[in-house]
Amino acid sequence: MIETSSLASGVVLANEGGGGLHSVAASGAYSALWLVVGLPLLGALLLLVGGKRTNAFGHILGTAMALGSFAVGVLMFVTMLGKDDADRSVDQHLWTWAPVNEFQADIGLHLDQLSVVFVLLITGVGSLIHIYSIGYMAHDENRRRFFGYLNLFVAAMLLLVLANNYLLLYAGWEGVGLASYLLIGFWQHKPSAATAAKKAFIMNRVGDFGLAVAVFLMFTTFGSFDFADVLGGSASASDGTMTAIGLMLLLAACGKSAQFPLQAWLGDAMEGPTPVSALIHAATMVTAGVYLITRSAEIFNASPDAQLAVTVVGAITVLFGAIVGCAKDDIKKALAASTMSQIGYMILAAGLGPIGYVFAIMHLVTHGFFKAGLFLGAGSVMHGMNDEVDMRRYGGLRKYMPITFVTFGLGYLSIIGFPLLSGFFSKDKIIEAAFAKGGTSGWILGAVTLLAAGLTAFYMTRVMLMTFFGKERWKEAPAGAPADWHEPHPHESPTSMTGPMILLAFGSVFAGGLFVLNESFVKWLTPVTGFSHGDLPMSEWAVTGMALSMVALGSAVAYVQYARRDVPAVAPAASLVTVAARRDLYQDAVNEGLVMRPGQYLTRLLVWFDNRGVDGFVGGLAAFIGGTSARVRKVQTGFVRSYALSMFGGTLLVVACTLMARMA
Amino acid sequence: MNGHFPWLTTLAALPFVGGLCVAAVPAGKRKLAKNVALLFSLLTLAVAIVVAAKFDNDGGRFQVTESYSWISSFGVRWSLGVDGIGLVLILLTAVLMPLLILASWHDADDAPVGADGAAGTGKAAPRSTHAFFALMLLVEAMVVVSFAATDVFMFYVFFEAMLIPMYFLIGGYGGPQRSYAAVKFLLYNLLGGLVMLAAVVGLYVATANQGIGIDGNGTFDFVKISQAVATGQLDIDPTAEKALFLGFMFAFAVKAPLWPFHTWLPDTMTEATPGIAVLVTAMVDKVGTFAMLRFCLEIFPNASKFFAPAVITLAVIGIIYGALLAIGQTDIKRLIAYTSISHFGFIILGIFVMTSQGQSGATLYMVNHGFSTAALLLIAGFLITRRGSKTIADFGGVQKVAPILAGTFLVAGLATLSMPGLAPFVSEFLVLVGAFTKYKVAAIFATTGIVLAALYVLMLYQRTMTGPLRPGNEKLRDLVPRELAVVVPLIAFLLVLGVYPKPVLDAVNPVVDHTLSRVEQKDPAPTKPIEQAAGTEAHTTGGSK
Repeated sequence: MIETSSLASGVVLANEGGGGLHSVAASGAYSALWLVVGLPLLGALLLLVGGKRTNAFGHILGTAMALGSFAVGVLMFVTMLGKDDADRSVDQHLWTWAPVNEFQADIGLHLDQLSVVFVLLITGVGSLIHIYSIGYMAHDENRRRFFGYLNLFVAAMLLLVLANNYLLLYAGWEGVGLASYLLIGFWQHKPSAATAAKKAFIMNRVGDFGLAVAVFLMFTTFGSFDFADVLGGSASASDGTMTAIGLMLLLAACGKSAQFPLQAWLGDAMEGPTPVSALIHAATMVTAGVYLITRSAEIFNASPDAQLAVTVVGAITVLFGAIVGCAKDDIKKALAASTMSQIGYMILAAGLGPIGYVFAIMHLVTHGFFKAGLFLGAGSVMHGMNDEVDMRRYGGLRKYMPITFVTFGLGYLSIIGFPLLSGFFSKDKIIEAAFAKGGTSGWILGAVTLLAAGLTAFYMTRVMLMTFFGKERWKEAPAGAPADWHEPHPHESPTSMTGPMILLAFGSVFAGGLFVLNESFVKWLTPVTGFSHGDLPMSEWAVTGMALSMVALGSAVAYVQYARRDVPAVAPAASLVTVAARRDLYQDAVNEGLVMRPGQYLTRLLVWFDNRGVDGFVGGLAAFIGGTSARVRKVQTGFVRSYALSMFGGTLLVVACTLMARMA
Repeated sequence: MNGHFPWLTTLAALPFVGGLCVAAVPAGKRKLAKNVALLFSLLTLAVAIVVAAKFDNDGGRFQVTESYSWISSFGVRWSLGVDGIGLVLILLTAVLMPLLILASWHDADDAPVGADGAAGTGKAAPRSTHAFFALMLLVEAMVVVSFAATDVFMFYVFFEAMLIPMYFLIGGYGGPQRSYAAVKFLLYNLLGGLVMLAAVVGLYVATANQGIGIDGNGTFDFVKISQAVATGQLDIDPTAEKALFLGFMFAFAVKAPLWPFHTWLPDTMTEATPGIAVLVTAMVDKVGTFAMLRFCLEIFPNASKFFAPAVITLAVIGIIYGALLAIGQTDIKRLIAYTSISHFGFIILGIFVMTSQGQSGATLYMVNHGFSTAALLLIAGFLITRRGSKTIADFGGVQKVAPILAGTFLVAGLATLSMPGLAPFVSEFLVLVGAFTKYKVAAIFATTGIVLAALYVLMLYQRTMTGPLRPGNEKLRDLVPRELAVVVPLIAFLLVLGVYPKPVLDAVNPVVDHTLSRVEQKDPAPTKPIEQAAGTEAHTTGGSK
């Protein structure tokens, strides 16, 4: 195993830049690597198997496990800082999983500069969200189970980014899907939550199909699915194979990261408790697709066609999400659409190859801070507003919840790309990279990213204005309010909730600046992902200028519409485009018409066929011959004949199939 | 290595004797009868563990062997022996049996359900609790012999004889349509068996013609026949070989069941008690897939290769058809029955793609499917017994009143949809990878099964367990200790085999390599192999032992 890794990486390193899966066996401080996954997994087991006995301290235990995992993650990071670029990645083989001849599935971990970034993000933001949830879920009778699921999620996500082979990655990949299912459907008694959870899982499974086929292809091509073997061999394998693997990986990424055409589950996933939306459906799980593509850099580098497909998907989604985000009145759904759009940025960047990988990950991290902060802020607003999510029922809240206002505000400034905040740097770099791709496609992608920047400024300014400014629309009872309607009493949330929001706000403000200082982030990741400057057709200042103009324009339009005029408490009639955006550009209608309905008809037809066509036809015939329709008589008289007949039919089918198979 | 003590005969005799003892318990003492049954199933498990301990993965093909003369005029012998595949399936049987007895504890207590569906109308004669458990043990004995028999005729006898106790278990205990289901079960399988009998006789004649047996007689000795085929000593005419293959395969395909011979299974599983339904799908049906792998492939290698594309086509149809049908069901037990049809498709696909991953995966799948289906069906059974209905629409919101039941049901469901970390994932992935290396299109179609599985499991879970509590479910109790004693071991097995299936694979892999060498199949080599470091073990798919 280990010999194989270093052998393959020797070849890769010679190729200069990227693909540095040069690993040594974990020793010293690194040997604690397995604890990063092990601690939250233990927490999940204790909380879910322990049942009611752990109710009293479940939230403390869960949070402690997340913090413990973070501590080990920091230890890994510090250890890594103390080493040279070339010696930074390690492999830890735990045990042999499922060996069948060439198929050697192992449980093994791989830590390098890329995965450590994810470890810190997942455990860091994860710990903050555990702490936040202590307050947010304080009154939920199933709080212990909630923390069990959160721990399970963290463990699965860490497995996803630490696995040293694609099969184990697949296990983590499905594991986060399961945790997401359990958490979206956490309030199971609500049919909408249960439906949303199921929808998310099934759409994700469509993506997982892609990942499974990608692993099959890797195995038939390389006889292995270890990162070292697959990535080390990618450059020399045939283009067609690499394109096929790349497209299958892209399908997987589309499912997990809610990219077009598998995006429809993310909005509904907002049925889950808000900390879940912050952690899973904003900061970490939904970005797994970006990790997958970046981790598989060598595969995509070897296939320009697959790369093109990635950029196209990213470009469509970045606009799709932004357009939908402009029309949503539900604060969480607006943020969800924004997430989809921002991940579109990352996917687009990852599709650009070595020009974009680093910036995809950089935006992923800054987005992790500001979007988690925005979601926690939204949760804090809901907490003080009787769980109201309709922004038309908000307004003027800045006076009542100042900390939430400031932290949310900083997240807002960061996401729209206000100069010198985190989002400004990371998004600007992606726009530059898009232009730097060169050629017509570079111009198109650049224009798309610029347009999306303007749209982002519009919809986020809209959210900000509708929530914290303007008239206090929540004071009047909504039309058709129940008799027991009470005016909400907005208030600031407890420290356990505001604390994590403040820390995330720091990240939203400063992380980007730190990353670009001395190009530290680029230097950090280059040994793994490779890096190239591309060919920017204009000066960097020109790009920044255009981006800032778009931001100013978007914000100004939002200001005119939502600050200069009163916001109606009920959504007004609107243009066709707005209506389409409110309905997520008819994504559900399309899925229903193309997949669900035909599927239902097929299923019904087959059920009919199996009951009557196969069984009933012969049974009915027998009954007819027997001259009676009484069920008992049918069973007794026509039976032998009918089954002899049906089996004869079956045999005929086999013969027919055989003949067809032979002739083909 | 002929053991001094007849371990396998003991293993088979224990449940048989147990059945007799249960039947001998005085009529009024139901509890005693159940306890005796449980005791004997546990003793059987203990002996199975002893056999496993005596087994050496690197030893010869058949171990713990014994052989005695039985019907000498036809050269039929009482020959027993296990290879790695037989061993793991015997272990599965021995582990499941005590759990099934515990799960079925009260299933034969009251009068049968009347034809109008009302429970305990009392018109029919009261059912015998004793007979129920005695018959279950009898089935176990016959299943064990089937997995251990190394004489083709002996295998056939037990393969067929199993139908009789099964018929009474299905027809005597279960839902209102139980006699319809039992007759259907019997007729289908009987016909399969008849065709097989003809083929068994044909095989005997062929061995006699070519002088494989002693003194110009034929032989039923599997080891001898298989070796004669491998060495070319037994060279059956291709047309005859195909006919004989079809004769065997037909019986196994009905039993397994392979689409389109499956229609008996949904009726049987719906009408039988949950414990008996598990007995059918987790043990009895496995004899069918086991026999395809052992008898069809090794005795008729050329015909197996000839028919492989057709069987693969049917298997893939079965995977998708079973899953789609499961999605469309309104009855919990019927739904689970169709999931089994889908899963048997995977097992048969794995066997007939003839790669080591496919066949090892298929064997592991047999074990894992045993556990996952048992868990899903038994928990569903606990739920159905409480509610007095198996209609999905009657449930809803059960999670609220019975969280442990709902939680364990979800785990069983996740196993059924092959969630990584639980056992069936490993076997399903192996089967699919093994299929993909040779039959890309078939494998891709089969892989859509993972999406469909998510649909049928999660739809079932959503409709029964989530949402607001539906009227009629308010008083459902959570799992009681007896039921937990059934569910906990099953889930533990699903978890352990999910993260560490290696012990099973280590036992199975050598047999699969042997089988593949007999059908002269090698795993396709990777198109762009990674240069292995020196000293990496060359993987052999051939090399008979």
